[in-house]
Amino acid sequence: MQYMILIHTEPYEAPAPGQPGFDDYMAPWLAYNKQLTESGAMVASGQLLAADTATTIRRSWGAGDTVIDGPFAESKEQLGGFYIVDVDDLDAALALATALPLPAGSFEVRPLVQHIQG
Amino acid sequence: MTDVATTVSRLAKEEGGRLVALLAHRFGDLDLADDSVQDALVEALGWSVIPDQPVAWLHTVARNRAVDRIRRTAARSRRETDAARQQAVLDGPVLNGSGEEEPRMIVEHSDVGDEHLRLVLLCCHPALDRDAQVALTLRLVGGLSTAEIAAAFLTSEATLAQRIVRAKRKIRDARIPLTIPAQLAERVDAVLRVLYLIFNEGYLSRGGADGPRGELVEDAIRLTIQLRELLPHDAEVGGLLALELYTRARADSRFEGGELVLLEEQDRTRWDLELIEQANGVLAEAMTRGQPGPFQLQAVIAQLHANARTAADTDWPAIASAYGVLEAMTGSPVVALNRAVAVGMADGPRAGLVLLDAVTGLERYHLYWAVRGELLLRAGDRDAALPALLQARELAENPAEQRHLDKRIARIRS
Repeated sequence: MQYMILIHTEPYEAPAPGQPGFDDYMAPWLAYNKQLTESGAMVASGQLLAADTATTIRRSWGAGDTVIDGPFAESKEQLGGFYIVDVDDLDAALALATALPLPAGSFEVRPLVQHIQG
Repeated sequence: MTDVATTVSRLAKEEGGRLVALLAHRFGDLDLADDSVQDALVEALGWSVIPDQPVAWLHTVARNRAVDRIRRTAARSRRETDAARQQAVLDGPVLNGSGEEEPRMIVEHSDVGDEHLRLVLLCCHPALDRDAQVALTLRLVGGLSTAEIAAAFLTSEATLAQRIVRAKRKIRDARIPLTIPAQLAERVDAVLRVLYLIFNEGYLSRGGADGPRGELVEDAIRLTIQLRELLPHDAEVGGLLALELYTRARADSRFEGGELVLLEEQDRTRWDLELIEQANGVLAEAMTRGQPGPFQLQAVIAQLHANARTAADTDWPAIASAYGVLEAMTGSPVVALNRAVAVGMADGPRAGLVLLDAVTGLERYHLYWAVRGELLLRAGDRDAALPALLQARELAENPAEQRHLDKRIARIRS
């Protein structure tokens, strides 16, 4: 079963490639990704640019579209990245979300709709 | 209720959880298992004679109904598929794809511990919210009907049914597994919290009279006994059971004519000594395991109260020290409040007030103010005691507690 892990965190400064501390910052992420890949759980992943780069189209029941500068929800924690993993059950997905190398945040786990082949 | 209806209701409560667990494990479908056990119980209501082996009867019928349901679903999906292909298949024998053997009488039930435990853990899975955990546990493990649970929790049957449907749907759609988890201890804690919540819901609502709410006390005890059979080596399960038994032993003396009677003033001859003896045994056994925990500590405190034949015999220094350990373990301000009471009894009201001054976060809790008022009163400070008790009266919601506080306030003013 596939699950999406949505990573919501408060914005934080991470060192850029080449800056001091970059390797230390990346090491746990590389290890995490390696574990996902080697266990066969990894389907896809992505990191998003900061929420202030977001543009939202709001469509309301025939009243036309409004383009908004900013993310869908204004909150302290913003969607910053995601994983899609393929594992046996929710407990396995929760274990992967729990293992994310982040000191704080909210990690939402949602099953993907399964398409049954007819 | 007729004899048959009473027997069926008892079987639902004592055996329903085991049957649902077995079928859920066998067919990998919780909803199917639950519906099929319900079918069997409904059929059982038509018994003219109660069978020799009623549980085997229920198990057999429930399993047959499960197989029927699977066949019907298979037939329906086949019809739909065929319709889509424009192939009209009107009738004909439907083969059961899983090659299920012909149902026969099932008599073997002894080895269901593992399946039963899996079901209990599933119902209390942290991915379900607390209300859903409570409802599912009572429904699937405790064998209560939706109507009984709704009555016990003062909610409408529709709301309760909705809650159960939503929880079952989440279990299915998010695929919450029916397994023994790696972090078993953590998950058992969640089960204990759910059972204690069920117990308290019944206990706190008890007014001497037995209603559907008071019945929750017995339901929680029965479920805790079952859990203890499933996890005989878990000391905290024993701790919870002992705590429930001590509390149950004193429950009937808590009220007199609808009025709340404080522990010191209760008629201790009405305490159930047999139950207290039983609790002593359960707690002693749990404590030999060397796994201390909050439920065992609360049981120790309940034991110190239960085994004092008069209020004056109460070993307050021992109770105060148990609360001290419990406070360090839980960091709960309510425990800190109770500790202040015990120290107030052991070392005098001034010592209690010193501890109480350090308690924070309970400004909206009526018992915090009631305790402050009583300690000030015993320290001889009536002027300071009155506003504290008035504050307690304002915050108290339970009518019996309100009346009790009114009496205390009237006595100070006279």
